Amino acid sequence: MPGPARIALLVTCLVDLFRPSIGFAAVKLLEQAGCTVEVPAQTCCGQPAYNSGDKTDAKAIARQVIAAFSGYDYVVAPSGSCAGMLRVHYPEMFADEPAMLAQAQELASRTYELVAFLADVRGMEKVAARWKRRVTYHDACSGLRELGVKQQPRKLLASVDGLQLTELPGAEVCCGFGGTFCIKYPEISDKMVTDKAADIAATGADAVLAGDLGCLLNIAGKLSRRGSKVEVRHVAEVLADMTADAPPIGAPAR
Amino acid sequence: MQPTSRSFPANARAGLADPVLQQALGLARTGFPQRRLEAIARLPEFEDLREEGRAIKDHVLAHLDFYLELYERNVIASGGHVHWARNAEEARAAILDICRAANAKIVTKGKSMVAEEIALNEHLEQNGITPVETDLGEYIIQLRHEPPSHIIAPAIHLMKEQVADAFRSAHTELDPARPLGDPRALCDEARTVLRPRFLAADVGITGANFIVAETGSSIIVTNEGNGDLTQILPRVHIAVTGIEKVVPTLEDAATLLRLLARSATGQEFSSYTTISTGPRRPGDLDGPEEYHVVLVDNGRSALLGGEFQDMLRCLRCAACLNHCPVYAAVGGHAYGWVYPGPMGAVLTPALVGVGEAGHLPNASTFCGRCESVCPVKIPLPRMMRHWREREFAWKLSPPVYRSGLRLWAWVAQRPALYHALAGIASRVLGWAGIHRGRFRSLPLASGWTAVRDMPAPQGRSFQSLWAEHRRHQGRSR
Repeated sequence: MPGPARIALLVTCLVDLFRPSIGFAAVKLLEQAGCTVEVPAQTCCGQPAYNSGDKTDAKAIARQVIAAFSGYDYVVAPSGSCAGMLRVHYPEMFADEPAMLAQAQELASRTYELVAFLADVRGMEKVAARWKRRVTYHDACSGLRELGVKQQPRKLLASVDGLQLTELPGAEVCCGFGGTFCIKYPEISDKMVTDKAADIAATGADAVLAGDLGCLLNIAGKLSRRGSKVEVRHVAEVLADMTADAPPIGAPAR
Repeated sequence: MQPTSRSFPANARAGLADPVLQQALGLARTGFPQRRLEAIARLPEFEDLREEGRAIKDHVLAHLDFYLELYERNVIASGGHVHWARNAEEARAAILDICRAANAKIVTKGKSMVAEEIALNEHLEQNGITPVETDLGEYIIQLRHEPPSHIIAPAIHLMKEQVADAFRSAHTELDPARPLGDPRALCDEARTVLRPRFLAADVGITGANFIVAETGSSIIVTNEGNGDLTQILPRVHIAVTGIEKVVPTLEDAATLLRLLARSATGQEFSSYTTISTGPRRPGDLDGPEEYHVVLVDNGRSALLGGEFQDMLRCLRCAACLNHCPVYAAVGGHAYGWVYPGPMGAVLTPALVGVGEAGHLPNASTFCGRCESVCPVKIPLPRMMRHWREREFAWKLSPPVYRSGLRLWAWVAQRPALYHALAGIASRVLGWAGIHRGRFRSLPLASGWTAVRDMPAPQGRSFQSLWAEHRRHQGRSR
């Protein structure tokens, strides 16, 4: 394992608001990987503004993030979407502002999605976790296509004691969340998540995992509306062996 | 055709509620991607080819005037004619003039999206000329008086039963009791009906997948051979195409052809790839007496040098449509004009105006699958975002949405206020949802809860819990 590293956790606005247990799972995994974790004061990465065409606000929020996350060895997010925002889109956004561009590129160069960071940068091969479930895995779009997160979660999940992974047909097809998309075009989003839920159900898995809470809220909401018993969780909760700490997404407290 | 992109949400709802469309799209959803995957798996250099394809197109776009003029000189040298059309009207007029000069009554047509773009059929009909579509899919939708719903599979929204119905009502000269249950019978009937029209046509109009500057040739690919009969049998051949279709050499065309069929249908090569250079020469066994090319700008040159220039690399392969989950949900007609799917979401606002087509670049989750399969690596999501930026700047997006967004962004730039509000929201929602773990309905979130539950927050924000956690750690040290 590489030497100690000081990590700034970009917890993401959805995890902050909806599911802190993912944030604590991320902290535990990062500490297991020999890192010290800090949480700079933060709000959101600005993606809703950026994707809505509001470049001015998106840039203002990005400047705030760039300042808050400067000086750490790495910035890690339990989300491919938010990590992708910093890694891919911040430099794009400041393409015509040389001074900011340099800072954005510097931040981008040390920003990672959690599971990719653990596997690719920290060389994590296995986790000390136990979860006796048949699971399937949804590849959230930004992590997959912007950051190349594909094999890393599968490799680490393979080391979870008792866990059996069944591949999801159409795992790389969008679940229909898309941030504000699901509000602007609810019927289309519904069709997409209905197909996704049907694909998940057809695998016969007990649980579905992914690396992005936005997708997970969408998928969990649809599965529970269909009366499905499939558990929905963020992959970090499983890898950190923290499934006992919180009920699945959308399930009542026991 | 008159665009209806403005009513995209209503069009989409109609598509979602159409059982035939949904059945047809269900088949396409997995078929096209699977075949593409198999085809590229057999070609290890596919990724390198994509890079090469992009470079060829970028080079052409940087020197478009040079290659177009070279192309024109070589068309003329081979005995053909070039007609420049700044817009749809000029293109229609040029084609009508050629048809009139040939005293044409019947015109056969190969599949051409540019012809759809300039609404050529309506114009010919209004002027007493009968256009006959010869691509099977195009023929079917012509009988049904519909626009194409896909750029390479125009009748993909139909099942064979609708095709049989269309044939029965159109081909009244045939035995009404004939069996039309199987696709083979439908194909055979189309061949039987189209054969005399191929022979009767005075003019054949095709598109062009590529035009080659060094030789003055036009290239079409088809799987039915209808394009060949369209351009070889009549006295006059007109190729109508966009100015961005020019490539420097035949070698370049070959590179792009290797990308095209694999990306489009998962074939190594389309069944027919036909290169036409000028009219029939003395001693040629076949070919038209006259060869015309109508080069259509219609808004394309305005994209040069701007944030949408990359769109001009498009080969019209339809890989982006075939991999788009939004297209797969609503079908092509929802997009309300000629070009659907991700490429349409970028191109349509450029050609008909973002005021008309503003929904299209918004109706995307930015999942990025389109860009990942594009044979010439067009950054489609990025360009959709550029349209959204213009809509936002020009205040075209809905006011409620804009002010909600501005308010959220204002709060997101004030961390203390943001934390206070996030803390309240997670506590209130967490408390209200603690028993069920989810909400079946929520005020202000009906778009979400109408179709799915809203998982309840755990009750505290991460940042407040983390601050507490750090205080405990501090004390225990």
